[in-house]
Amino acid sequence: MKAKLTDKIATFFIVVFSLLIVAVLVGLIAFILVRGLSHINWHFLTSVPQTIRAGGGIGPQLFNSLFLLVLTLIITIPLGLGAGIYMAEYAKPGKITGTIRLVVEVLSSFPSIVVGLFGLLLIVNTFGFGFSLFSGALVLTIFNLPLMVRITEQAFRSVPKEQKEAGLALGLSKWKIISSVLFPVALPSIVTGTVLAAGRVFGEAAALLFTAGMSTPRLDFTNWNPLSPTSPINPFRPAETLAVHIWKINSEGLAPDAAQIAAGASAVLVILVLLFNLFARWIGGVLYKAMTASKRMG
Amino acid sequence: MKAMDERPVQVGSARSARFKKHHAEDLAGRSYTFICVALLIVIIISIIYFVASKGLATFFRDGVSLGDFLFGTTWDPEGNQGEPMYGVLPFIFGSFATSLLAALIASPLSICASLFMTEIVPGWGKKLLQPVIELLAGIPSVVYGFIGLTVVVPFMRNVFPGQGIGIAAGALVLSVMILPTITSVASDALSSLPRGLKESSFALGATRWQTISRVILPTVLPSILTGVVLGMARAFGEALAVQMVIGNAPHIPRSLFESASTLTSVITLDMGNTVMGSTHSNALWSMALALMFMTFIFVLIVRLLERRHRI
Repeated sequence: MKAKLTDKIATFFIVVFSLLIVAVLVGLIAFILVRGLSHINWHFLTSVPQTIRAGGGIGPQLFNSLFLLVLTLIITIPLGLGAGIYMAEYAKPGKITGTIRLVVEVLSSFPSIVVGLFGLLLIVNTFGFGFSLFSGALVLTIFNLPLMVRITEQAFRSVPKEQKEAGLALGLSKWKIISSVLFPVALPSIVTGTVLAAGRVFGEAAALLFTAGMSTPRLDFTNWNPLSPTSPINPFRPAETLAVHIWKINSEGLAPDAAQIAAGASAVLVILVLLFNLFARWIGGVLYKAMTASKRMG
Repeated sequence: MKAMDERPVQVGSARSARFKKHHAEDLAGRSYTFICVALLIVIIISIIYFVASKGLATFFRDGVSLGDFLFGTTWDPEGNQGEPMYGVLPFIFGSFATSLLAALIASPLSICASLFMTEIVPGWGKKLLQPVIELLAGIPSVVYGFIGLTVVVPFMRNVFPGQGIGIAAGALVLSVMILPTITSVASDALSSLPRGLKESSFALGATRWQTISRVILPTVLPSILTGVVLGMARAFGEALAVQMVIGNAPHIPRSLFESASTLTSVITLDMGNTVMGSTHSNALWSMALALMFMTFIFVLIVRLLERRHRI
């Protein structure tokens, strides 16, 4: 009888604690949205921030975040794919592969602030790129690369072995098998993983404080010359992203409506991350149908 | 006859051309992927080299003794009270206190969540909690910091003595941030357990809780510990969310509700205000080196736990 009672009590606590986690998430999202949504309007999303007056927006920051994400993905995807394919298809089990695995593991657990400092020293100062979108993109690449490698490797490893063997039996070269047989099958999970990783990059701030900078020059959105310092698409200008902006106005914001701006910006950031999550799932399903003959396995 | 003679030659040359093409293709692919991997190794070596060379300069060039650095309790790099002092013990203490406390809060919750998903209601439990965990992992750290500042700190101020900021607030924010890490590792381990283990325990007449507490949890303990260590590593390296709620006072606090600092929060705040190459700046690099060193330790512990689990 005692054992049954203990069982009931334990089950009760497990359920309560689990529901507590759900409640925490619901509370978090509800709080962010309730606090922030009332502040979001077209003006807030497009206008420039104000330092001491109220009514500032987050236009340039939002643009910087998206542009930086695009730059980062352009650099990360080819490198991450290559390294992931190597780990899945070429690496032979042994000491060297073990070392590479350790490198990926260590790289993925480095604190982002340390990666940011490294970027400050090498990319910003030694290479002389200064506080710029390009420096930020390189640092985010370092931050994102281990994840990309893991995603690619897992995607390639989960392709059924028969597909590869069929390719070998047809006398295809190994690279041809990788690029034409395995890659299309692995693509849906690679894309899903990449979009999820992109969401993570989108919210990253610590690594960007000292690489992409904490300020944005006055941007002229009619100037599309990538070399002009006021052009939004110049990759060598300093750029404060949305996440960095939230941090900055929380710690040193002077505007009277700093709290509302932080709330609004947080809501925008969370909504975008949620959209990334939904998009990742949707695109994975669509690609799976397009790339393979089979229906999606439940 | 002549044409007949030529044919095998033609086929042979076509075959060798195709062979060459295959080889060239393969070589190109292999080199491309190898360069990508080599780049990873170059990156990690240069991170270690540059952070170490800057971080060690504090001791070798600026003559700060390692003992004073690690065990000194006064952080006064500008020398406001006479000699500049570079004691980082308060920050090391802050980092360990927040991450240990965060792990202490998050671990029981995460274990409950993973049991809920795999043992109690494997069907809809997983459908409910899996997205919740993924979303918690997806919320950016500055947003956690913002919520900490607007919800947790005022709450702490009202309930406990003090200003609300401090190690308790930092640990609470961090615990939510590391929940997903621990939960996903633990639930992966739980769902990969052989079914027979559980079934034989039930067959012996054990209740579900007896099965969980005496069979399942002891078996997956190394994996759960792996998750806890990974979570702690994340908490240890987290910078902005902690910096926003901890108060940033450079001394060892006397209570959990008093302003304190961590290694990451000091680096975040001070790095922009120092001149590259000054002792103050180098001391910050030494703190980054300490963070990096702790990362190695965490990875080592994870490796040891995984090895134990394999046997």
